Amino acid sequence: MNDGFFQHVVWSDIGQATLDTLTMLAGSLALTIGLGIPLGVLLFVTSDGQIDQSRPVNRVLGIVVNVLRSIPFVILLIVMIPLTLAMVGTSLGVAGAIPPLVGGAAPFYARLVEAALRDVPRATIEAAQAMGATRLQIIGKVLLPEALPGLTAGATVTAITLVSFTAMAGVVGAGGLGDLAIRYGYQRFQADVMLVTVVLLVVLVQFIQWAGDRLTRLVDHR
Amino acid sequence: MIRLSSVSKRFADGTVALDGIDLTIPKGAVFGIIGRSGAGKSTLLRLINGLERPTSGEVRVDDQVVNTLREADLRPLRRRIGMIFQAFGLLANRTVAANVALPLELAGIAPAERAARVAALLDRVGLTDRADAYPARLSGGQRQRVGIARALATRPDILLSDEATSALDPETTRSVLALLADLNREMGLTIVLITHELEVVRAICDHVAVLDGGRLVESGPVDSVFSGTSEQATLALLGDGQ
Ligand SMILES: Nc1ncnc2c1ncn2[C@@H]1O[C@H](COP(=O)(O)OP(=O)(O)O)[C@@H](O)[C@H]1O
Ligand SMILES: [Mg+2]
Repeated sequence: MNDGFFQHVVWSDIGQATLDTLTMLAGSLALTIGLGIPLGVLLFVTSDGQIDQSRPVNRVLGIVVNVLRSIPFVILLIVMIPLTLAMVGTSLGVAGAIPPLVGGAAPFYARLVEAALRDVPRATIEAAQAMGATRLQIIGKVLLPEALPGLTAGATVTAITLVSFTAMAGVVGAGGLGDLAIRYGYQRFQADVMLVTVVLLVVLVQFIQWAGDRLTRLVDHR
Repeated sequence: MIRLSSVSKRFADGTVALDGIDLTIPKGAVFGIIGRSGAGKSTLLRLINGLERPTSGEVRVDDQVVNTLREADLRPLRRRIGMIFQAFGLLANRTVAANVALPLELAGIAPAERAARVAALLDRVGLTDRADAYPARLSGGQRQRVGIARALATRPDILLSDEATSALDPETTRSVLALLADLNREMGLTIVLITHELEVVRAICDHVAVLDGGRLVESGPVDSVFSGTSEQATLALLGDGQ
């Protein structure tokens, strides 16, 4: 058992790392969606010609989102350490990884949400206005439900981006499969550990894409 | 009664869409507004339910001045003014029944009453068997019937129609217009209908106004306008239609 190809692989470590990756992914995805949707809605409704047009608000939000999106994730991980410490009390482990993951992914998802809302036909929004809908009703009963396929497709892309972010978060000791790949596979030249972790990450990404596509098809009646 | 007095509309980019319009639309009329593309028809229609505000002049619906109403005060007015569109404006992710229910949901009507009203409306427009279908599965004529049922859900006394039949074939157009004419007769619904098609006006309107370049060229009973006109813009429309 000690001299096969998988001689360095400690399966219980792999199991723990997989669990850590899934926890980071689920936690950060939930928060990313929770922040990204309101942010995307604000970006959309404040843009020119929309139901709550406001150039100043739109500009400021747009700049914040663009700045966050242009910082490479590895840099964001390090830059955000003080903020992370203040928010969750640690910059290590699964909990410490979540704030930078959300900081990197929420602005990205917000732009996808904005684009999905832009796909709702003008006539549909006008019909709602003509019915006497309030702005909140237009957002809650028309824009978001009509954009749902775009929101789920965007969440799928974002979840996959988060998987690669979690792997990078290994750099700051976040735990998870990426951490294992770096510590054992890369730093100790244990190719078998590297292979197992990479295969697991590939399987995870494939599964997310498959599930996301199914969900998107399920909610799309256009 | 709908009354526009000296109404002008100039958009932010400088386009003058309407220029000094005076127009009265009597209660219970089927009132056609005809003109070429870009004449200002949609802009005029959208003034009536406050989707646009005039730059100057006054828009009245019965005794209410529409153009000075705040957003919150426009809402009850909009519930008594239905609107249908060339592009239908249906929600793709809602079934036919749920589309018709939407204005009732927005108005806070309880689910049981909502369901009853939706059933009656679908029955009226002949779509009971399509209640659970999504709009993508319907023909153009069926979609516009859903649009009409939805526009009538809050029991309005005015219906605004923005080129509602322009995307439909001639036969479907006739049946949708026949439905509108019936609704006018049965419920005394005032219909303001804009179109670039002469045939639509001939088919159901009792009054017509001709719009050209943002100006009101003439208006009056359909027969007298179409047979007695000496206006270039009207003659051009009549010429196109023959
Ligand atoms: N929101 C807008 N901003 C600027 N110009 C507009 C806007 N809406 C309409 N217009 C212009 O106003 C004129 C009248 O438009 P519209 O009322 O849509 O005409 P119609 O419905 O008769 O085709 C056109 O020249 C059009 O380009
Ligand atoms: Mg138009």
